[in-house]
Amino acid sequence: MSAIAPERAGVTTQAMEEGQPLRLAPNYWPFVIPALVVVGAVIVFPWAFTLWMSINSWTLGQSRSFAGMENYLRLASDPRFWESLWHTLTYTFLSVIAPMFFGTVAALIFDARFPLRGLLRGVFVMPMMATPVAVALVWTMMFHPQLGVLNYLLSLVGVPAQEWIFNANTVIPSLVAVETWQWTPLVMLIVLGGLASVPREPFESAEIDGANAWQQFRYLTLPMIAPFLMIAVIIRTIDALKSFDIIYAMTQGGPGTASETINIYLYNTAFSYYDMGYGSAMAVVFFIVIVALSFILLMLRQRSQWVDAEGK
Amino acid sequence: MGSRLLNKIGLFFAALVLVSPAILFFLWMVSLSLKFEIDNGAYPPILIPERFAWSNYAKVFEENNFLLYLWNSVLVTGTATLLALLIGVPAGYGIARLKAERSAIVIMIARMTPGLSYLIPLFLLFQWLGILGTLWPQIIIHLVVTVPIVVWVMIGYFETTPMELEEAASIDGASSWQVFRLVALPIAKPGIVVAFILSIIFSWNNFVFGVVLASRETRTLPVAVYNMLSYEQVSWGPLAAAALVVTLPVLVLTMFAQRQIVAGLTAGAVKGG
Repeated sequence: MSAIAPERAGVTTQAMEEGQPLRLAPNYWPFVIPALVVVGAVIVFPWAFTLWMSINSWTLGQSRSFAGMENYLRLASDPRFWESLWHTLTYTFLSVIAPMFFGTVAALIFDARFPLRGLLRGVFVMPMMATPVAVALVWTMMFHPQLGVLNYLLSLVGVPAQEWIFNANTVIPSLVAVETWQWTPLVMLIVLGGLASVPREPFESAEIDGANAWQQFRYLTLPMIAPFLMIAVIIRTIDALKSFDIIYAMTQGGPGTASETINIYLYNTAFSYYDMGYGSAMAVVFFIVIVALSFILLMLRQRSQWVDAEGK
Repeated sequence: MGSRLLNKIGLFFAALVLVSPAILFFLWMVSLSLKFEIDNGAYPPILIPERFAWSNYAKVFEENNFLLYLWNSVLVTGTATLLALLIGVPAGYGIARLKAERSAIVIMIARMTPGLSYLIPLFLLFQWLGILGTLWPQIIIHLVVTVPIVVWVMIGYFETTPMELEEAASIDGASSWQVFRLVALPIAKPGIVVAFILSIIFSWNNFVFGVVLASRETRTLPVAVYNMLSYEQVSWGPLAAAALVVTLPVLVLTMFAQRQIVAGLTAGAVKGG
């Protein structure tokens, strides 16, 4: 971002100064066209088809018929859909807050110098690279109410045994714990990138003025890394909304429908009940939810940058 | 001086606390995979058993056709990554040079789109084409994962490589293809390595595409492991061994290419907003 902008500006001004004639500019479109074709085939076509499917009624094995807005109206009056929307929002909110907190703390620590820093950072990043299904499977064993290692660890500090993902009341927080375990490193990396771009001088003068560590963090570091924190929030929000692997592999939306998010309900509708038209309508609404939330966050980010720029 | 040393030790322990959930998880995963049923069912739990159950690993490969699924994973991830490099590296170059920043939005939208919404139409298309029993549906749909990663990383990389050499070459009469092939591409090697590694990892880990598109013969490893879960509720040892087999290649790659991965993800993510 800020690190790249000056460079870009440099390139443009240089080209203008040299007064480069237009005919010398090479044609770059042939490089892009193959990718455009593939993107069209695997990304744009499915979107167009999904939109079309969503106004049709079609369960695999039966005949298709035009349905107009029927699927969307059915969605609006489907309590299971509203319930899954609520689960999605709860899950997302918690899965943004927790990794943001731990990731920021981790970035502040890994930004400093200490022995074995590189090795520890490498291990810290590993969870986000591990295969989600494999991770989910081991967590499922650890959550086991009788034989799981987590309840044993809790018993050591005198906390009663929990039912974790096997109880409707604790299933979402338990899944969020796994999501947090896996995705905190991404937040750490983004914030670490932000910290690397923070200049030293303000801290030196703050130190001379007698500001303590908390004041330095609150009034210098935090405002300067705010844009990076916003980026982390946006990426985390998108990924948490879309979360599928962990939830599906661990609970398949259960117990009952206690952890059924939109993505899981969508999967069940399309590939368990093969109700393609209704599933498509759900996909469209789900995408709108994701875009709307991202857009709100992007607006907030724009504002935070604006305030930031004014502050300077 | 003394307080500084103390400070460093304090930071080290703070970092250790933060890393401990990862360390404990992977230790426990290894422990589960090396224990016989009786040890895995013991209470209080045993971390290091008296006898190691190496047979758990043998069982995974003997009873579950894991060699076939491993091969499927290699084919799907390998082909999808190579195809993505083939079209994504030139595309990243073109977009960076065209300064077509709007195209970045397309990639952002691709990131926002839930994988399932690609699956409904493509599933119907593959069914209509009659290729559902082969690996091709999975290879094609994995492009949804690999192409945006490669393009994303390469845009970032080509934006930071100097233009002077390319300009000099084109003044000397090189065609734009020659400029790309002989000047830009060799400089971009480190970027290609980053794109390659990230593409491999995220394609290898993908689960949702396989769970819908794979048949018994065309499962990839994550799907195979998931299927073990539903059939072998009870035997934890082989299950954990299978989970480790699936994720080990990725973890090894992460360890060896840590620097590139961190660089790629930081750059990609930072520009992701």
